[in-house]
Amino acid sequence: MGSYVLRRVLQMIPVFFGATLLIFLMVYTLPGDPIAAMYGDKAADPATVANLRHKFYLDQPVWKQYLHYMGNVLTLDFGTSFTGRPVSEIMADAFPVTIRLALVAFFFEIVIGLTLGLVSGLKRGSIGDTLVLVLTLVVISIPVFVLGYIAQTVFAINLGWVTATVQDSTDITQLILPGLVLASLSLAYVARLTRTSLGENLRADYIRTATAKGLPRRTIVGRHLLRNSLIPVVTFLGTDLGALMGGAIVTEGIFNIQGVGNILYKAINQKEGPTVVGVVTILVIVYLVASLVVDLLYAVLDPRIRYA
Amino acid sequence: MSSTAVDTGKPARDAPYQGPLLEVRDLHVEFKTRDGLVKAVNGVNYSVSAGETLAVLGESGSGKSVTAQAIMGILDMPPARIPQGEIRYRGQDMLTMDKESRRKIRGQKIAMIFQDALSSLNPVLTVGFQLGEMFRAHHGTSRKEAKAKAIELMDRVRIPAAKERVGDYPHQFSGGMRQRIMIAMALALEPDLIIADEPTTALDVTVQAQVMDLLAELQAEYHMGLILITHDLGVVADVADKIAVMYAGRIVETAPVHDLYARPAHPYTRGLLDSIPRLDQKGQELYAIKGLPPNLLRIPPGCAFNPRCPRAQDICRQEVPKLFQVTGPDGAELTGRQSACFFWKETLDDA
Repeated sequence: MGSYVLRRVLQMIPVFFGATLLIFLMVYTLPGDPIAAMYGDKAADPATVANLRHKFYLDQPVWKQYLHYMGNVLTLDFGTSFTGRPVSEIMADAFPVTIRLALVAFFFEIVIGLTLGLVSGLKRGSIGDTLVLVLTLVVISIPVFVLGYIAQTVFAINLGWVTATVQDSTDITQLILPGLVLASLSLAYVARLTRTSLGENLRADYIRTATAKGLPRRTIVGRHLLRNSLIPVVTFLGTDLGALMGGAIVTEGIFNIQGVGNILYKAINQKEGPTVVGVVTILVIVYLVASLVVDLLYAVLDPRIRYA
Repeated sequence: MSSTAVDTGKPARDAPYQGPLLEVRDLHVEFKTRDGLVKAVNGVNYSVSAGETLAVLGESGSGKSVTAQAIMGILDMPPARIPQGEIRYRGQDMLTMDKESRRKIRGQKIAMIFQDALSSLNPVLTVGFQLGEMFRAHHGTSRKEAKAKAIELMDRVRIPAAKERVGDYPHQFSGGMRQRIMIAMALALEPDLIIADEPTTALDVTVQAQVMDLLAELQAEYHMGLILITHDLGVVADVADKIAVMYAGRIVETAPVHDLYARPAHPYTRGLLDSIPRLDQKGQELYAIKGLPPNLLRIPPGCAFNPRCPRAQDICRQEVPKLFQVTGPDGAELTGRQSACFFWKETLDDA
């Protein structure tokens, strides 16, 4: 187990370098001059421009820029954005907001998704089952931004239950609606995955054995059925937590949440290289760690899987 | 009370009940499917007494497993339905019992051994846990004590190093060892009756005999009834007391085991026996019953076997034969011998 984890962590190193290089190249080879973009329509003083270009290493070839950047990153210095703010400071502001939103969404995903999945999976063909199927199908088919605006219009503007945008992201109650919107798609997948998994395992031979042993129904379901059925669901949830962290651009936009998605969107628009690369690098690490945790969790849940 | 008898804590076992342990009467089971009503069991009768072994023989789809599952009460209902029949355990009809009393019989009084031990054991729980669960669910035994009993059981079915292996998972055992664990699980609460559904089919031939011997030995020791479901005629001959041959959801012949092998009274049984490969007939083509078992959605009218039967006459296509009492050449009834063939006499004489 220990050597497996070590191997996986070592494997992260080339992935990390590869991913950052790709992003770096993509951002820096985009057409347009970030310094010119800073000035907008105003005519810039060529001397100042040259000065700025030198300051941000933009006068160097791309490979030198990359090496310089990576050298700094390894000392946890993510550089300064073109506005002069250190990128690490920008991220330190944005990440807690996104983490809070992601956790709220994750909570809904688990609680509502699993509940719906259990309701429909244990009573296949019932009205509840059909309802869950239709509901999840609707959620899956509607794009998040449509769902987000509908939710905002209905609950914030028409009913006035919540504020239309998030004023204070440390207030969890304000994050409930955005959290639900962000969770909606994953929640539908979790419900359907749970349902399918339960259905498969209900027909399994070992459930028949458990029944033949004369175990009470709640023991059969709680101990034998759920433990096996939830293995794929837990795997999905693990990788999805990583996705929730980085995938909130649309939701954060609708509810004006100053999280990672929002700054990333702005940074891309303004060709803010250092910020984009910094944020994405962190997201890559989050994904890598999440998938490692999922793989380890898999071995804990299913004794047939052993890592050596 | 002047009785000096020691209370064994097992009142049901010592209850003064005479008669067979289990009696199946006119059992019908059907499945509702998209294509129509599948009539899997069509009026099965059999009984098993304590210490007795009944072998139920038949091809796939003959209804032998469905009957067993109906006895255990583990059929999925729906789609399965039991429109008529009785399953009496110690004289009490289990089909009319409430769910909770039925559950208490399962595992405790009647236990079942399944064919494929790998898929029949829960892959994510240790074997010790799954064995101990029997005691915990039915006797409320503590977790620790249940584990000790699980080790005892594993020793009982001769699993080497039981103490070290009690925490292992099913996939860490060999096929034969896994089937021993299934047997141990069925045996745990010393039931009155064990139903073994093709217990050796998934095993190597060399291991088959070991497992079968173990089962027979334990059955004799605990004086249990045993219903052995199989399609392997070789397995049956050694351990069974009587045989019931099933075809298309009905019993077509019942007989004491050696009588059946010596002189079958039904053409189907005859066909089964003739299709056993024999060393002394090397080089000859192996006999096979022509045709296929009937589609249970459309069982042919009359005797279900008539399209495949070498002896079929008009009557076989019109009338369903009842189980006839078989008599010897002197006209005396042969005990326990019945055949559902209009021409049982001719078949018997041919043998």
